[in-house]
Amino acid sequence: MRRRPPQASPRPARAPAEAAPRRRPRGARRTGGRGGGARRPLVYLQRHAQVFIGTLGTLSRTPLTSLMTALVIGIALALPAGLYVLLHNAERLSGGWQGSARISLYLKDTVDDAGARALAARVGAMPGVRAVRYISPAQGLREFRAASGFGAALDALQSNPLPPVLVVRPALRGADPQAVQALLKRLRALPEVAMAQLDLAWVRRLYAIMALAQRGVGIVAALLALAVLLVVGNTIRLDIQNRREQIEVTKLVGGTDAFIRRPFLYGGIWYGLAGGGIAWLLIEVALWLLQGPVRRLSLLYHSDFALAALGPAASLALIGGGAALGLLGSWLAVGRHLAQIEPR
Amino acid sequence: MIRFDNVSKRYPGGHEALRDVSFELARGEMAFLTGHSGAGKSTLLRLIALLERPTRGQVVLDGENLGRVRRSRIPYVRRRMGIIFQDFRLLHDRTVFDNVALPLVIEGHPHAEIARRVRAALDKVGLLERERMLPITLSGGEQQRVGIARAVVHKPALLLADEPTGNLDPDLSREIMELFAEFNRVGVTVLIASHDLELVRALGRRVLRLSAGRLDTAEAAA
Repeated sequence: MRRRPPQASPRPARAPAEAAPRRRPRGARRTGGRGGGARRPLVYLQRHAQVFIGTLGTLSRTPLTSLMTALVIGIALALPAGLYVLLHNAERLSGGWQGSARISLYLKDTVDDAGARALAARVGAMPGVRAVRYISPAQGLREFRAASGFGAALDALQSNPLPPVLVVRPALRGADPQAVQALLKRLRALPEVAMAQLDLAWVRRLYAIMALAQRGVGIVAALLALAVLLVVGNTIRLDIQNRREQIEVTKLVGGTDAFIRRPFLYGGIWYGLAGGGIAWLLIEVALWLLQGPVRRLSLLYHSDFALAALGPAASLALIGGGAALGLLGSWLAVGRHLAQIEPR
Repeated sequence: MIRFDNVSKRYPGGHEALRDVSFELARGEMAFLTGHSGAGKSTLLRLIALLERPTRGQVVLDGENLGRVRRSRIPYVRRRMGIIFQDFRLLHDRTVFDNVALPLVIEGHPHAEIARRVRAALDKVGLLERERMLPITLSGGEQQRVGIARAVVHKPALLLADEPTGNLDPDLSREIMELFAEFNRVGVTVLIASHDLELVRALGRRVLRLSAGRLDTAEAAA
């Protein structure tokens, strides 16, 4: 205790200190406060790292409570993230269907087999057409008989009522619906065509439904993000109340608001990180559980579709988003409740 | 070091804790603040520690008008003093070492320096071998000495003590007061609020006597 405090050194210069009383405090701040960090960045970083790890230690002293909080956050994050994954998969699936959009050209009765084949070749050469398949009336009847089970009824017919049909698959991938519409218009104008029908309506409807679902997921995500904020905020608020004595004593011995705030903010980050990790785990487990049934179903549809898991970028976004929400939640709580605690 | 210019403090509700108090405490001085409970001793100390603001008048600490100190700067003012409480105000979930280290941790000193200075402070109050213990396992006198170690570990120029011996028996009280006198001998300014008149008289230092919020001028000059 023999040594004088560092602040003591400028004191002998008493007169200038009193002449400029507003200057001194700033100097004092530099010696004691943030400036210490700027001069010793390593010490500053070390201090943050210590608090970061120290906060984890504090949380692990009440493992059950901390785990429950993290679990609530995890489930709240897993719901919108899981919905997003399902939606993403549905989009991939419908992307496959979009490729199967087709235009059926019902040709006039007057077109004979050779004429139809020639037309098929011509249409196949048109821009925006990926493939053309010719179904002769006889073949159409065979397929209809096999698929519909109206065999006996068809036998009663005198002649084949089916027209020759060209099934055109537009090169839709990457093309906009307008281009398909233009193609339809051109095909409809062909003299041999009696009727042209575009089977795109249901794809459109599907897309509309998907957009709706996307909006729904967005709303759910926003609500659950709010829930995460409240959960973290409430946990931190209780934490602040429990450590009231510690906060008061820290203020009494000269702890700044930033110093007092720090462990609570890191606590929020830890809750968010743990919650994000739990959400990630829940989604991975859920996808793993769904993988088998989805594969069996897609095999029945002769598809090799498999559920896509969370990619590394999405995983990182999930966990990082959790941490960010945790930080924000604790920031809001700390801002509101810390100022109310003043030492008695 | 400390100067009060016509300071009054009225709490919300109308209670006037201090009325027109003026005095000056020189650097390196050691003084006692006495008076009945409710005479305003605590309020006076709280004004110096910026736990309260005066209703009228000004408190000057080390040439700085405390009335001008913004809220965000209060911690830096408090770091220039060490405060000791009647109820010790130790953190019971931390070891003696961690309690004493708190002011240094707040100031952001390197770990090795903190350890060295905490041990020096604990050695000074004779509790070096207790550093790993929790405060609750210590006796009252020992707890107060931990409180004193915490107040001096960052080498403040000013020590404030509010009834530091209020919860201690006479022998321990004398020990604690001796400790304060020792710090005063190496240049620390000390202001102690105490109603233990016998003990105060025995130490033979300057006495500021408060009664019903007013400073007894005759004794203040003595």
